[in-house]
Amino acid sequence: MHEAGYNFAYLDEQTKRAIRRGLLKAVAIPGHQVPFASREMPLPYGWGTGGIQLTAALLGREDVLKVIDQGADDTTNAVSIRRFFARTAGVATTTRVVEATLIQTRHRIPEAPLAEGQIVVFQVPIPEPLRWMEASERETRRMHALKEYGLMHVSLYEDVARHGRIAKTYDYPVMVAGRYLMSPSPIPKFDNPKLDRSPALQLFGAGRERRLYAVPPYTEVNSLDFDDHPFTVERWSQPCALCGATDSYLDEIITDDAGTRMLVCSDTDHCGARRAERPAEECTP
Amino acid sequence: MSDDEVLLRVRGLTHRYGARTACAQVDFDLHPGEVLGIVGESGAGKSTLLHCLATRLQPSAGTVEYRCADGRLREVFALSEAERRLLLRTEWGLVHQNPRDGLRMEVSAGGNVGERLMAVGERHYGRIRTQAAHWLAQVEIGAERLDHLPATFSGGMQQRVQIARNLVSRPRLLFMDEPTGGLDVSVQARLLDLLRGLVAQLGLSAIVVTHDLGVVRLLAQRLLVMRGGRVVEQGLTDQVLDDPQHPYTQLLVSSILRV
Ligand SMILES: Nc1ncnc2c1ncn2[C@@H]1O[C@H](COP(=O)(O)OP(=O)(O)O)[C@@H](O)[C@H]1O
Ligand SMILES: [Mg+2]
Repeated sequence: MHEAGYNFAYLDEQTKRAIRRGLLKAVAIPGHQVPFASREMPLPYGWGTGGIQLTAALLGREDVLKVIDQGADDTTNAVSIRRFFARTAGVATTTRVVEATLIQTRHRIPEAPLAEGQIVVFQVPIPEPLRWMEASERETRRMHALKEYGLMHVSLYEDVARHGRIAKTYDYPVMVAGRYLMSPSPIPKFDNPKLDRSPALQLFGAGRERRLYAVPPYTEVNSLDFDDHPFTVERWSQPCALCGATDSYLDEIITDDAGTRMLVCSDTDHCGARRAERPAEECTP
Repeated sequence: MSDDEVLLRVRGLTHRYGARTACAQVDFDLHPGEVLGIVGESGAGKSTLLHCLATRLQPSAGTVEYRCADGRLREVFALSEAERRLLLRTEWGLVHQNPRDGLRMEVSAGGNVGERLMAVGERHYGRIRTQAAHWLAQVEIGAERLDHLPATFSGGMQQRVQIARNLVSRPRLLFMDEPTGGLDVSVQARLLDLLRGLVAQLGLSAIVVTHDLGVVRLLAQRLLVMRGGRVVEQGLTDQVLDDPQHPYTQLLVSSILRV
């Protein structure tokens, strides 16, 4: 049961319906930003109020919720949001991707493959990928309407001219279904290929900016690049020091006062599960 | 000249800002390869007229027809917004008086010049860069400045980057608003020389707005003289300047009104 005094999942039903209408429109026009009447939430902006409102509008009593922040289920932000919905909606929560029906995330897409029927809700700070090049929203809206995206390539050109390669490592712009330019939110570009033709429904919410957008299941998502500077993802020379994974996104952590560094999976649940599956003697590096 | 040679046909062009009429009943034809000067003192309506022609402003009345690369004469305000915007960054160029209005100041010179190529789908970095270097060289800017920001350039250089940024798409028609305004006299002379060379070399058609009769004498074959929003005299540049008919043109030429 959820706590008394709140409507189920905090938001009133009318607000949830308005958000769901926005989401239906977003699904119908993949990658297109749809305005919505973002509400004040009992968490500060920057804590994922856009994502939280989408989750609140989507949750049913049977849902199983997973919340991650930078790949981890146990950071303050993830714990607060999970607790918020456990309290206001009384839904079951999990850290396992396979068990979750709805995953709210900030900065990562889980390493474990997603499945049909699952929903991923991304927290978005800046929904407009052209913002850095064109400050006028009127103009960026026109650019989207007319599919005029040369300016995004100017930004990539500047990267290559300055650094010899496309230096963007996160929030790397993508084209959705060959039509709309979209910010994938500040996930590492490592995760961009996971957006492409994903069996899950991917939804994006920006609270402060009052925008939501969607990538429906099996939609083509391409990362922008140049013919002679193709898109590539991060690679590491070592495997994860904890689970030995060679195909996951690694974070550098400092393990002691002497500043010893270690590369480990950023997706903590994935890493833990891999370690649990392996014989004990292989566990320690 | 026959009708099918007209590149731009302007009829009854009028623009009002509220109740104030900034230009009224302007008629002229521009032919391929021709440079037309529009002169008149400050406030005469030159910039308003130019921005109407370049579709930056919606005229209150009148028509502007342009012969597209496919040979058809089309009313530019009847084009869809997408077609018009495409025209503006492919077949047309617009050089602003203040380079800040025509450049992206936070983008390198190369990026500024390459933008039009990327806008029409060029996705090969090496080719974009080669083209950018080529067009910067055409305006006498060395390849070593390719990655520099326009903010580090002098006013004259910024103006040249702006010109290169327009030329990269090989436009057929260039609109220029006081291209040498705000520059030192010696810099003005050099820019004019350069412009004259480029226009001839590329076979460009152009419309140049200026209050400086020296500019049109060097660049323009034909002249429109504007006063209070109206064209008071038009004709071949040498004829108008050497033998002005309208009293206002006579004043202008006798430099009493020279700003
Ligand atoms: N945005 C505007 N709003 C109202 N009046 C304007 C505007 N721009 C220009 N004007 C007026 O229109 C007239 C023509 O201006 P303009 O076209 O800039 O002339 P010019 O370029 O010949 O100096 C002037 O009287 C000017 O004050
Ligand atoms: Mg002017």
